[in-house]
Amino acid sequence: MLQLVATGLLAATLLLVHNKAVLQMRVNKHPHHDNSGFRDLTMLRKGESAILDHIDLPEDDARRLMELGFLPGHLVTSAHAAPGGDPKVFRVDGSEIALRRETARHMFLKQAETQA
Amino acid sequence: MDDCHAPAGAATSTASDVKTHLVAIVGPPNAGKSTLFNRLTGLRQKVANFPGVTVEHRMGRVKLDLGREVFLVDLPGVYSLQPRTEDERVTHDVLTGEMKGLRKPDAVMLILDSTNLGRHLSLAPPILSLGLPTLIILNMADDLGRRGGEVNPEELSTQLSAPVALISASHGTGIEKVVEFLSEAVFHEKPKPPLVQLPIIYDVPKVRDWAADIGRRTNYRPPAPPLWTRRLDGVFLHPVLGPLIFFLVVLGVFQTIFAGARPLMDGLQAMIEGSGKWMQAALPDNQLRSLLIDGIWSGVGSVVVFLPQILLLFLFIGVLEDSGYLARAALIADRTMARIGLQGKSFIPLLSAYACAVPAIMATRTIENKRDRIATILIAPFMTCSARLPVYTLVIAAFMPDKSLLGPFLGTRAAALLGLYVLGFLAAVITARLLKSTVLKSTRSPFMLEMPPYRWPTFRSLGLRLLDRSKVFLRRAGTVILGVAVLLWVLSNLPLHDGKTPEIGDSFAGMIGHAVEPAIRPLGFNWKIGIGLITSLAAREVIVGTLGTIYAVEGTSESVGLREALHQDLTPGGAAALLVFFAFAMQCMSTMAVVRRETGGWRWPAIQFAYMTLFAYVFGYLANRIVTAWL
Repeated sequence: MLQLVATGLLAATLLLVHNKAVLQMRVNKHPHHDNSGFRDLTMLRKGESAILDHIDLPEDDARRLMELGFLPGHLVTSAHAAPGGDPKVFRVDGSEIALRRETARHMFLKQAETQA
Repeated sequence: MDDCHAPAGAATSTASDVKTHLVAIVGPPNAGKSTLFNRLTGLRQKVANFPGVTVEHRMGRVKLDLGREVFLVDLPGVYSLQPRTEDERVTHDVLTGEMKGLRKPDAVMLILDSTNLGRHLSLAPPILSLGLPTLIILNMADDLGRRGGEVNPEELSTQLSAPVALISASHGTGIEKVVEFLSEAVFHEKPKPPLVQLPIIYDVPKVRDWAADIGRRTNYRPPAPPLWTRRLDGVFLHPVLGPLIFFLVVLGVFQTIFAGARPLMDGLQAMIEGSGKWMQAALPDNQLRSLLIDGIWSGVGSVVVFLPQILLLFLFIGVLEDSGYLARAALIADRTMARIGLQGKSFIPLLSAYACAVPAIMATRTIENKRDRIATILIAPFMTCSARLPVYTLVIAAFMPDKSLLGPFLGTRAAALLGLYVLGFLAAVITARLLKSTVLKSTRSPFMLEMPPYRWPTFRSLGLRLLDRSKVFLRRAGTVILGVAVLLWVLSNLPLHDGKTPEIGDSFAGMIGHAVEPAIRPLGFNWKIGIGLITSLAAREVIVGTLGTIYAVEGTSESVGLREALHQDLTPGGAAALLVFFAFAMQCMSTMAVVRRETGGWRWPAIQFAYMTLFAYVFGYLANRIVTAWL
């Protein structure tokens, strides 16, 4: 009985924190246009693919991302996401990697028009 | 690297004994290293820590024909050999022979996922350039074939001038080539340089291009996307169904370790008590018997009863991890955990801590990020574990009149208990925030979580995992916990008065209780509670039994006599302080022993003990003052 109450409490806390997180995120959802008009990874819609152009992160982080398959010139596809849309799963180089918005918004895509 | 002159075979040439051969298994995470290691070594393996690092490695023996043996070391999964994280440094140092306490391996087995060869092959250049005899193992052959992929091991072997084996570690197909390599590991000469020029190792895009080129030369055809994984993710990561399933899984885990383990734990408890009684009857009545039974047997027993809970939890985590669901659960929980500065992988360990902090801390191994892992370990004991319940039940029942608050749904007592759960949770959240914004501030390393394809967990790997966890836990029980149990017995049974065991008030524990009384008086505690605080270091619920002994009444949380005695002896303020103190204080030697093991030293458990005790003291004091002023 008490365990059930405790579980319920835990769940309620989780939901509360979660909803708050989602709300907060909606407010913060302003696109990043500071990188000379490049779209970033967060703007990929589910199922959409694009070529990665560059990663605007410290070298160590960029290297790690590249080791996982986020290589400039390679195709990135947006797949599933956690509830609330963050983190998001991306398909790259034969595997699926989840990234948080805070990371994905520093990774920029080749513009479709330059590709054409 | 100057491997040409490194004494790769030095140790073996002096010792004609073939038993000393050492072969390292290296590979990226999720390539199946552990599955191969388990298949080759079976039960002949043990987990060990290198001196000074928290990264764990496994050593095992492989029996070959003619009674020969080879030692295998399973190294942490890495994507490259650049020593950046602790895992990578350990792997790098072992392979270059720089690791203290382990000599340079005689040969290397590089295991790669054949369904993702383009990316995994990037680890080949740094490994091959070590100049050690290397077997390249392409794992998941069954998966590759089923999904219509293709690889030519012979051609790859020619291109890289190294033997290549295409295997399925989980099914055991192709394993004979690996065994063959191991039997010949003794005779391997320094390998020839590969036909193809190796790329500059530190330039990731170049290495990736090189891997793609090798793929083309060897007619590698990548497999079709894993259809079942996509389908299952459509459900498990569905915006509505996903969280719902997640919640059910969490509830299942929670319910099982909390309620499901109960009968097993009760059974074990009864067995320990029963055998204790039997020994009591069989042995002559003297101090030695008391030490043996009251000290060692019941002291260690009080910790060993948690074994069923630990095993059940690890069975769950094993299934979740091996099937691939754990990564999805971490993804779903990440946003929430990020709010307190942690990440998705901390969720399951923290949830487990509601049952017991010991398995929870052992479960933090799935968190690769060191700082997140330490932070999770440090806050886990704040979660209201089941050992606190007897204490809470006793004190609440002794001081709280049972009135209804919300009709039949919530009484005052249940509300108080619930409040204590919330208190522990809040302490954990505050501490996590504090830690992550100060000492454990992440070097802002981004959260990256690979979603492995779903796979069936195998009984073999689950069984080995459970065995391994029990060994680790029981070894703790046999060493640190045994020591503390003996110490606590000495404290409460000595010095002798006229050759007889003293009243507990006159024992060393009693003396300490009296001595600390001035220090704990601000919390509203007297020396009797002081004794209880000392004996409950063994495990929190022990204080109930101790208080029973002191007041000479039945020492259980349901005992009416004990409730009345406590009600007479303690002010309401002191009772509130006692509850708060138990909510926050460490008071658990098993947890400390496990933290020491998992963090590789006494530094973190010492900090944790000091912090939690201070926290408990300050808030216990406040609780005492507030309640006293209010009533």
